[in-house]
Amino acid sequence: MTKSQSTQVVSLPQLLARNAKQFRDKTAYREKEFGIWQSWTWAEAAEEIEALALGFLTLGATPGDYIAIIGRNRPALYWAIVAIEKVGCVPVPLYQDAVADEVAYALKHCGARFVVAGDQEQVDKIMDVRDELSNIEHIVYHDGRGLRKYDHTDLTSYADLQAKGRAEGDAAELKRREDALDLDSTCVMLYTSGTTSKPKGVVLSNRNVIETAKNSSAFDNLTENEDILAYLPMAWVGDFIFSIAQSLWNGFCVNCPESAETMQSDLREIGPSYFFAPPAVFERQLTQVMIRMEDAGKLKRKMFHHFMGVAQRVGPKVLDGEKVSPLARLNYALARILVVEPLKDTLGMRRIRVGYTAGEAIGPELFNFYRSLGINLKQLYGQTEATVYITQQPNGEVRSDTVGVPSPGVELRIDDSGEVFYRSPGVFVEYFNNPKSTADTKDKDGWVATGDAGFIEEKSGHLRIIDRVKDVGKMANGALFAPKYVENKLKFYPDVLEAVVFGAGEENCTAFLNIDLTAVGNWAERNNIAYSSYQELSQHPQVLDMMEQHVAEVNASIAEDEMLASCQIHRFLVLHKELDADDGEMTRTKKVRRGVIAEKFNDLVTALYGTENSIYTETEVTYEDGRKGKISAQLEIRSASVNPIAQKVAAE
Amino acid sequence: MTQVLESYQTEDGRTIGDVVLDLKNITLRFGGVEAIKNISFNIRQGEIRAIIGPNGAGKSSMLNVISGFYTPQEGEVWFNGKPRAPLRPYQVARQGIARTFQNIALFEGMSVLDNVMTGRLNHMKSGMLSQAIWKGKAEREEIENRERVEHVIDFLEIQSIRKTPVGRLPYGLKKRVELARALAAEPNLLLLDEPMAGMNVEEKEDMSRFILDVNDEFGTTIALIEHDMGVVMDLSDRVVVMDYGRKIGDGTPDEVRSNQDVIDAYLGVSND
Repeated sequence: MTKSQSTQVVSLPQLLARNAKQFRDKTAYREKEFGIWQSWTWAEAAEEIEALALGFLTLGATPGDYIAIIGRNRPALYWAIVAIEKVGCVPVPLYQDAVADEVAYALKHCGARFVVAGDQEQVDKIMDVRDELSNIEHIVYHDGRGLRKYDHTDLTSYADLQAKGRAEGDAAELKRREDALDLDSTCVMLYTSGTTSKPKGVVLSNRNVIETAKNSSAFDNLTENEDILAYLPMAWVGDFIFSIAQSLWNGFCVNCPESAETMQSDLREIGPSYFFAPPAVFERQLTQVMIRMEDAGKLKRKMFHHFMGVAQRVGPKVLDGEKVSPLARLNYALARILVVEPLKDTLGMRRIRVGYTAGEAIGPELFNFYRSLGINLKQLYGQTEATVYITQQPNGEVRSDTVGVPSPGVELRIDDSGEVFYRSPGVFVEYFNNPKSTADTKDKDGWVATGDAGFIEEKSGHLRIIDRVKDVGKMANGALFAPKYVENKLKFYPDVLEAVVFGAGEENCTAFLNIDLTAVGNWAERNNIAYSSYQELSQHPQVLDMMEQHVAEVNASIAEDEMLASCQIHRFLVLHKELDADDGEMTRTKKVRRGVIAEKFNDLVTALYGTENSIYTETEVTYEDGRKGKISAQLEIRSASVNPIAQKVAAE
Repeated sequence: MTQVLESYQTEDGRTIGDVVLDLKNITLRFGGVEAIKNISFNIRQGEIRAIIGPNGAGKSSMLNVISGFYTPQEGEVWFNGKPRAPLRPYQVARQGIARTFQNIALFEGMSVLDNVMTGRLNHMKSGMLSQAIWKGKAEREEIENRERVEHVIDFLEIQSIRKTPVGRLPYGLKKRVELARALAAEPNLLLLDEPMAGMNVEEKEDMSRFILDVNDEFGTTIALIEHDMGVVMDLSDRVVVMDYGRKIGDGTPDEVRSNQDVIDAYLGVSND
């Protein structure tokens, strides 16, 4: 850590000023545009941010105002966050793929006066709901394409606002506002994805953010030389910590991809050294690798499978510093030269020093695949209310079934019901305008309930998460019901995208499955199975056979666990549509909303507990622009083989 | 039949300027077959002009006359206020006319980027030798042209397939690449031959948006042939309707929609 970090820094603008001085000509932001990586040094970024902040002053932003930001990851929008703080306002990043209603809810809830929008799509979204939002005074857009003809009375381009700021902005006033910031002033407000209810605005102070950045950077020895790829939603706390807080704290470079679709090739070009991805991203990459290997020549395929086998046996041990025989080492070296390193290069993961996955449980096979490539992929467990970090895995203690030890500065407690509580410097200030929820979540001593049930392994001291507390239930016979546990096991199959298990208060468990179109579509192509739509493919008898087999295998593995043996799935069906956040079936962070699904597909749930083997259903779907449509389907219900529950439980 | 004579303002506030292309009494024959019979209409600066009609009405022939590929036996083509002599295709391109094809005509083995770069050929002046040595003018030109092409790629949102060989792309994207190549030539007049044929609803929506954006952003005059009536009526400022080589309607979408001849040709004559 450099010396200047030891003097107390109290706000993000201060960190920026420090970087502009200390790392002046070092690259701070990169973005691929027009086929080239454009870059900005810390000094340049600081100037851009200053100009924008002065621009906000000319708009009449007063301290304490809320300013929303919506758009894809671009340096300009990250700058906006810091600029907003400079003028004493609170940045509120929103999910760029949220539909107009969701955006309206957040904008109304926080009473935002200004919005910084990425492009026409986002501007349109706000314009659509503008009538019900009297609080929005002005919209600033970054990419002006298609916006030329819009009425510009309440609309300004980002560049124009900066120009105005440079020309007319009151620099003395800006300095005064910046100096007024302290550790307790609000740094950011982030809306939780809201698995169960309307989103809540989580208020994080400078203290939360800066302490967290400091602790987490020290934990993984992050330096100013890291490169990260900023591709996860800006509204998500993780991105805020990685791309804003840790980047500013360490002075490392944030790289923004050209578009969401080019993420993979941009990842390869940048080769980040510090990488974060939810399991879904790793899964997609692995699926693609496997599909492409199936298409490769025989020799290549053989070589790949042989050496991946070697890597899988030896790689994780090498990574954890265990003893490995010289012959195995030699074999592994060969595997690295011929398969592992080229593959890592293709994946854009060659330079990864520290990689994290979180958000959902990751399948052991998936996890081990990346570990065997020698990628230091670790798990962490956190939430917005904790400014991300609750627990994380230290180097050399990585396992797929735990989430690690408490992060620096975090205290853990498990209460009698099994719920995990934590207390840390990152604990959020409050839910915005919601003292009741705040009091329900955080007690007066600062302990926060996670809502997750878990336990600490005695041997290793690692935390293991079982399920959401409210989802853990009892079945009719009193046995423990942990849907997430079963769903995760199902989702570990590459061709299962999502699973929703029902069974609370019932005699037995049933499930909805979602096929993964990429994996199943490829399989269909390979086996000459023709289909014209997702819906048709999902109901193909052979697909159902395959799913039945997966369910049977999962049942067999669950049956071995005495506590959860009753969670075996008796009947299941494959849904005719993908569960989607636009239809409210999932959160924007891709977590299933159990309650919504059970209600919406009530007819299907009833059928699962009935005796019929087929059901006709109609479902309403929402398109991204808010229009609605209907799809109907005839769904087949299958029974899966169930194993006898282990003697002990049955005897009770 | 109404014919707009002066410059006019569209509903969304664009100004449509002078006549760019004026077709006067065009007749085109293939042997004994009259594909186009004595047709006159014009295209104005900045407008989106559609040519519609049932199969075999002579739409594509008409587009080929405009592009200079066919020379009509009778009638005159006036371009930018002057009668146009029969031209070779490259001369047409140099006049600022670019087109896409009904059956995609791309270089399947080349990447999207290389395909779009071919649209810039007319803007490259350096000789073969300097291209080979790759110094001075050739290098400068390539960089300048690449920049233009990158703007087009950005505009049409095809960054993710920049380096993909065209042969591997689905149909809808190939159509978009073709549009990109035509746009790279920075045309004054863009001819689109059934830009939406064979597309699904979503692809059609995307393509419509791009056509409107091109017209709006670059002020490009667009003449398009299209089967999909819904698309035509939404997109175009003025529509020419052809049937059996004859012009049976000409005017704004609303005028054309209420024209009895057009209704008969499209929907068939009611027998009630």
